[in-house]
Amino acid sequence: MTTDDTKTPGGAPISRRGFFDLALGGGVIALLGAILYPLTRFVIPPESPEAVASQVVAAKIGDLTPNSGKIFRFGKDPALLVLTKSGEYRAFTAICTHLDCTVQYRGDLERIWCACHNGNYDLNGNNVSGPPPLPLTQYNVTVRGDQIIVSKA
Amino acid sequence: MTGSPTKSTVAAWLDERLGWSAIKEFAQHKRIPLHRHTVWYYLGGMTLFCFLVQIGTGILLLLYYRPTAEAAFESVEFIMTDVRFGWLVRSIHSWSANLMLFFAFVHMFSVFFLRAYRKPRELTWVSGALLLFLSLGFGFSGYLLPWNQLAYFATKVGTDILGQIPLIGHWLLTVARGGDEVSGATLTRFFGVHVAVLPMIATFFLVVHLAMVQKQGMSVPIGPSYQNTRTMPFFPNFALRDLVGWTLALGILVLLASIFPWELGVKADPLASAPAGIRPEWFFCFMFQTLKYIPSHVLFMPGELLGIIGFSLGGVALILVPFLDRRAAREERNGLMTAIGCVVILYMAVFTLLAYVR
Repeated sequence: MTTDDTKTPGGAPISRRGFFDLALGGGVIALLGAILYPLTRFVIPPESPEAVASQVVAAKIGDLTPNSGKIFRFGKDPALLVLTKSGEYRAFTAICTHLDCTVQYRGDLERIWCACHNGNYDLNGNNVSGPPPLPLTQYNVTVRGDQIIVSKA
Repeated sequence: MTGSPTKSTVAAWLDERLGWSAIKEFAQHKRIPLHRHTVWYYLGGMTLFCFLVQIGTGILLLLYYRPTAEAAFESVEFIMTDVRFGWLVRSIHSWSANLMLFFAFVHMFSVFFLRAYRKPRELTWVSGALLLFLSLGFGFSGYLLPWNQLAYFATKVGTDILGQIPLIGHWLLTVARGGDEVSGATLTRFFGVHVAVLPMIATFFLVVHLAMVQKQGMSVPIGPSYQNTRTMPFFPNFALRDLVGWTLALGILVLLASIFPWELGVKADPLASAPAGIRPEWFFCFMFQTLKYIPSHVLFMPGELLGIIGFSLGGVALILVPFLDRRAAREERNGLMTAIGCVVILYMAVFTLLAYVR
């Protein structure tokens, strides 16, 4: 009999069982969606307000001896201030471009060195040996009074 | 296409190694007796559902919760305000904990009155009673974790009761608190107990409990009218009904959590006074209220000690119910047990209400 049958918008007949299968299947999918959506949103952490810093006091005159370096905090990341043998201040991001380790200044090599995988950068931040694929970003250094101020270029 | 033959090949391959067709065979023959008390068979499943919800939401809360006195309250606050759907997850965890205990109590009393603990199901009852105690332990340890004022004092009182026990009391109290006072050390301990120790023990007893229920099948009440009743297949008939119940329970949970999100309260302050009208969670209220009524000394014994001994004996009696009721073991009705059960329910209900009214 066709009395139990209704028509889909397309005109094809849909049986009573087909209708209930569709309703049940749709209901189950809707239920799973209602569980999975909040769950996914919950797992993704809310964005924490990022400490945006465009300039920071990295050190004071006299903190560093020539041919040495110092890690300081720039925003939420570590950065490196170097006083070269010739008495010039230079600043770079301290995050190695290879795999995110924090680099350090090696006075014996006169290079910036990453201990994790033996990456080397020269005093312009260029990756000169080892695995780092890119140079370190360099920052501007200005001396105001006895404060050494580092700012993003 | 070859979809179906491939599937059956994989199924056969797996079955050869896992032997799961035995489980399938078992499930196909399992049947549920139909009589006017069949509805009570759903309550264990409801308790189980709430437990599963607790595992799921508990794991989610672990993503953000920090178990130290300095950070616990703030991290729960963060979950409630900053994490998307955090309020929902935490509220469901709290509501589901309460519903789980509610269903566990109803399940226990229904099993008690239907004498489902009688031979050969004594050990199923014992494992169930242990699971109830573990659930109370979950409730007690989890309550402290948000590190708010109410939880702080509830834990002070709860652990202080341990200290009343003669001889080993002080030692027990120090172990429970991780020191002489309720402090950050207590919080860290309770956290470990709540998320590692109790889940491990509870899972073990749950598996034992469920395995025995499967092995023994459903119990029917004593009496000729329950013999040779109609039955329905467990799978799919009863299982689908269970699923409908679980879906409903989930709906109720979400509704409760949305309309009545769980409060966070004020951060615990060890130097603040206990707030007026303080009382424990409802499932501890009948004991709390009883301790209030016991005078400070009964004969030569301190009042609290008497209360503690009483409740301990009550707990032991609960575990031993199947062995105390010898008449049920002989398939005879036992009016005395029914009377005792009614008195216990009445006592628990009245004293719980008193704790809320007074």
